[in-house]
Amino acid sequence: MAKPEIDARFKKFGTVSFTATTKVNDFIDYLEKGQVAGTKCAKCGQVFFPPRADCFRCPGEAVEWFVVEGTGKLATFSELMYAPIGFGEDLPYAIAVLDYGDFKVFGRIGQVPFEDLTIGMDMVARANELPGGNLNYVFEKA
Amino acid sequence: MPKVAVIGVGQSAFVRGYPGSIRELAFDAYAEAMADAKAQNSDIGATVICSSPEYDKQRSPAGVIAEYCGLNPQPTFYVETLCSSSSTGLKLAYSLVASGLHESVMVLGFQKMSEISSAESQERMGRGADIQWESPFGTMMPAYYAMHAKAYLNQFGASEEDLALIRVKAATYGQINEKAVYRKPVELQQCLDADPVSKPLKVMDCCANADGSSCVIVASEKRAKEMGIKKPVWILGIGAASMPINMSCREKFHGLAVAEEAARQAYKMAGLGPKDINVAEVHDCFTIAEMMAYENLGFADPGQGPALIRAKETYKEGSIPVNVDGGLLSKGHPIGATGGSQVRTVVLQLRDEAGAMQVKDPQFGLVHNIGGVGLYGNVTIFGR
Repeated sequence: MAKPEIDARFKKFGTVSFTATTKVNDFIDYLEKGQVAGTKCAKCGQVFFPPRADCFRCPGEAVEWFVVEGTGKLATFSELMYAPIGFGEDLPYAIAVLDYGDFKVFGRIGQVPFEDLTIGMDMVARANELPGGNLNYVFEKA
Repeated sequence: MPKVAVIGVGQSAFVRGYPGSIRELAFDAYAEAMADAKAQNSDIGATVICSSPEYDKQRSPAGVIAEYCGLNPQPTFYVETLCSSSSTGLKLAYSLVASGLHESVMVLGFQKMSEISSAESQERMGRGADIQWESPFGTMMPAYYAMHAKAYLNQFGASEEDLALIRVKAATYGQINEKAVYRKPVELQQCLDADPVSKPLKVMDCCANADGSSCVIVASEKRAKEMGIKKPVWILGIGAASMPINMSCREKFHGLAVAEEAARQAYKMAGLGPKDINVAEVHDCFTIAEMMAYENLGFADPGQGPALIRAKETYKEGSIPVNVDGGLLSKGHPIGATGGSQVRTVVLQLRDEAGAMQVKDPQFGLVHNIGGVGLYGNVTIFGR
């Protein structure tokens, strides 16, 4: 009898992924299509980013995917000059939070020179392929 | 609620590269607290052992440490909330005594961080945040707090110099704390010229990793009397809160909501307010963390933290002395031991036994201890 197949798509998320299996593995499929996606409770409409498989207000109800579109405002960021083990080759890089109003997105800054970053600026989240074939998303100028 | 007293405190020296194993490190604080309380092991009803996992190989360290201290067959519990583990342990110990289950409980926190490299440590610490959605971007504690610093400076027009002044203060007192890992003076310019770690935080804005242990023994009023404790220090208010781990689920970045909530609970329980506090220990893992603490605890209005440090109000002679033992910035931050070390400082202050660090005649002291990046918040208020 064949072993059950393990859906480990999430291994592809980020420079180093610490999670292989999750019920929101479709997030990786969206990244592969060039999209960043969150989820929304089908019953109460609560929007979740990062995406979740469960609504804590409505246990047992389905969640639906939505694609993050439009611009968010740069809520805060920091430029790293030192990295944890496994990320040294990415230096220097910046991590940031974009505020879309209904939800916020945590991620990395893309090709924007650090000196151009200011809190409050409009940015967009873009799916991104990393050198080893893994995927993440980055923030670019709107 | 029955009264609960702190009857003994102890702390190992906080050092780089402790030349012993975790059980031996924990024993150092245990021995000092037992001597302080003039207690026998038969006086201790239960132990709460606190650390953050993955710095050493031992699984379930509570059993090992209880055995080494000769505290079998008393029950032992292992508590973990990252950097606030021993404050959470204190809340458990308080509850065990206040409920009447035990007359006396020991909280023993430890961390031997030097078993792994600094980069490995940053990776472990980063995994104290959201490993599914944040760690894959290459996060670490300095970067998370740096995001708060960037937001704070932007929100209130504060400067990197305001943050540096907090390090200068910490070093003023680190020099007179013989248990601190960093005992050199620090000049303002030295802070401003230091290499960036994660902007705007520089090397001097960050506390050092250290190995260390701390021990706090609490008891019921009855047991404290039976043991002849001359200067019990009472736990008057004990607040604890949690907030979402993922930064994208936070309302703001220029303060820690978890500290505000824990402080609200602690002040309410104690029937006191920020102006009643005479000495405080706050969680200054980074300079920005102390700046936010001033405001989150109500020592300053939002945006007024820089004025407080510039006027030296948080120095020993000021209106609200903060971290006059050097804080985490000078003492070092052995994760699981930190909260207990803060409690020890405040207890010594309230007993007028803090030596060169002594604040004049304090009645009420406060400990603010944060786990993760504003993930777990603990505020505890003590009175003599």
